[in-house]
Amino acid sequence: MTLVLPAVVGVLFASGTYLLLQRTLTRIVIGVSLLSHGANVLLLLSGLGAGEPPIVEGHTTPVRAYTDPLPQALVLTAIVISFGMTAFLLSMAYRSWRLTHSDEVRNDLEDRYLHARGGGPA
Amino acid sequence: MSVLVPLPVAVSLLGAAVSLALHGRVRLQRALGLAVCIVATGTAVALLTIVQREGVVATQAGGWPAPFGITLVVDGFAAIMVTISTLMLLGCLVYAFGQLDAERERLYFHPVYLVLQAGVCLSFLTGDLFNLFVAFEVMLIASYVLLVLGGSQEQVGSGMTYVVINLLASTLFVSGVGLVYAATGSVNMADLVGRLAELPPNLRGGLGLLFLVVFGVKAALFPLFFWLPDSYPAAPTAVAAVFAGLLTKVGVYAVMRTQTLLFPGDGGPSTLILGVAGATMFVGVLGAIAQSDIKRILSFHIISQIGYMIMGLGLYTLAGLAAGIFYIVHHIVVKTALFLVAGLVERAEGTDALGRLGGFARRAPLVGALFMLPALSLAGLPPLSGFVAKLALVREGLALDRVVIVGVGLLVSLFTLFSMTKVWQRVFWGMGPSPEAVPPGARHGQATAPIAGGSRVRPPATMLGATAALVALSLVIAATAGPLYTITERAAADMLDTTDYLRAVLGG
Repeated sequence: MTLVLPAVVGVLFASGTYLLLQRTLTRIVIGVSLLSHGANVLLLLSGLGAGEPPIVEGHTTPVRAYTDPLPQALVLTAIVISFGMTAFLLSMAYRSWRLTHSDEVRNDLEDRYLHARGGGPA
Repeated sequence: MSVLVPLPVAVSLLGAAVSLALHGRVRLQRALGLAVCIVATGTAVALLTIVQREGVVATQAGGWPAPFGITLVVDGFAAIMVTISTLMLLGCLVYAFGQLDAERERLYFHPVYLVLQAGVCLSFLTGDLFNLFVAFEVMLIASYVLLVLGGSQEQVGSGMTYVVINLLASTLFVSGVGLVYAATGSVNMADLVGRLAELPPNLRGGLGLLFLVVFGVKAALFPLFFWLPDSYPAAPTAVAAVFAGLLTKVGVYAVMRTQTLLFPGDGGPSTLILGVAGATMFVGVLGAIAQSDIKRILSFHIISQIGYMIMGLGLYTLAGLAAGIFYIVHHIVVKTALFLVAGLVERAEGTDALGRLGGFARRAPLVGALFMLPALSLAGLPPLSGFVAKLALVREGLALDRVVIVGVGLLVSLFTLFSMTKVWQRVFWGMGPSPEAVPPGARHGQATAPIAGGSRVRPPATMLGATAALVALSLVIAATAGPLYTITERAAADMLDTTDYLRAVLGG
């Protein structure tokens, strides 16, 4: 099995996590979608045998030369779901920008409250 | 028989589609929503009685036999959860009729609410790991929309946290499903029981831990609970009540289901899970004590209470699991009722910050009583339902010599009582707030003039009726604790001994 795809999963997860920890909403949205791409590739990998056809024609084809079709069906569902979620997140980020004219995530309410009481940096 | 299994889901989805077509005709949508909720509740009750009589019922979607198709299963635990959830959804829908403003209700509230019901029911009924993921997503996308419906700044701000943390958990969930499939070659839960047991113990333990984290986020377990108190209070009350009562409990259900069926451990009490339970209880209640408005206090109590349910799982005996399930049932009813009461107060006074309230029992004695009963039940005072649930947990904890977790549980009950008396004292007692008693950090900073006089408050009949019905239901739970406990005990027996479950799904 090739190491390229597992490495891709790793890079997607790492960069997604990094972006998720940023303060701007657009980066968070991109981070979330990178993370879900990583998870989808991982799910696809669970079928093994990349590059082979998922549907076996007739009974002559040797059993080893086909890919498990189930993860492909699963990943299709997962892709649709993550697409919908990303669209929703984007629309929320847009709404947030319309309301506040800033793309930054604001401090936690409690933190702001503590700051207002003079309790240190918020 | 097995035709009934997918019915709560199918009816809700179909209802959602029709309701979408009826956009703009709020009256028709209301009637439709009510009818769908009633049908779902009726089906759930029928399923519960069938399961009591005949044991586990399974149905295969499209007639594909078990490991290949999608399986829907009802065992005792699932039947109890579907019944209590559909009941709560029905109650909150009636409450929402009185509470939602016309604008919000016109904005697709009804279709989304029905989709939420479909997602919740499917999460309980599914017997397939990937289908569980889909069910969670259906439920969550509906909850995202309900949370931010109206799109105010506060809602979008706190909704963002909720959406992102849940998406992260979902991503982990997909990865977990992928890893399980790579390791075993199946996603059917019943099929997985045997296949996971054959894996090396460290691999199985790792997978089990991954799923504990995934569902721990959804269930708001320590240390993954931080998103909850920020997001729930922003929603309109009827929605917040559903979230508070149901959504985290779907997570708890998934934790209990996967940890008993798929990753059963070595059969004894699990110190890890008991530790998580204790920390969840304790940190949750400390958070609640520090808060100063009702919905936030109640949100922190959700976290604290989830610790008790997980304690039942951690004990991992028949009585422990039965007590945990009983606790879930009690908690769903009581917590939903408390949120609904908070909504009544908020509607009448325009705020739920403790510093701006006071003397509410004088002006609405009935609302005061409706708060008092579930609040005391939450703290676990006899003879209310919380007492029965906690007694069962404490007894089993002592029987197993788990003294530390029992001690923590009892201490947390005391703190809960303290926190509830604080709410009672500030909101319901006294003459009313003095105008200058407005703390700088109060939420809902809008200028709402404190209401001065002793005028009586009359909430709409639907809101009051729904709240009263839920409080009455919690009393019924306390009164019928004996028979109810028998049902939860049977459900727990099915969870510990999975032969019935496997036979129903896989046949033979």
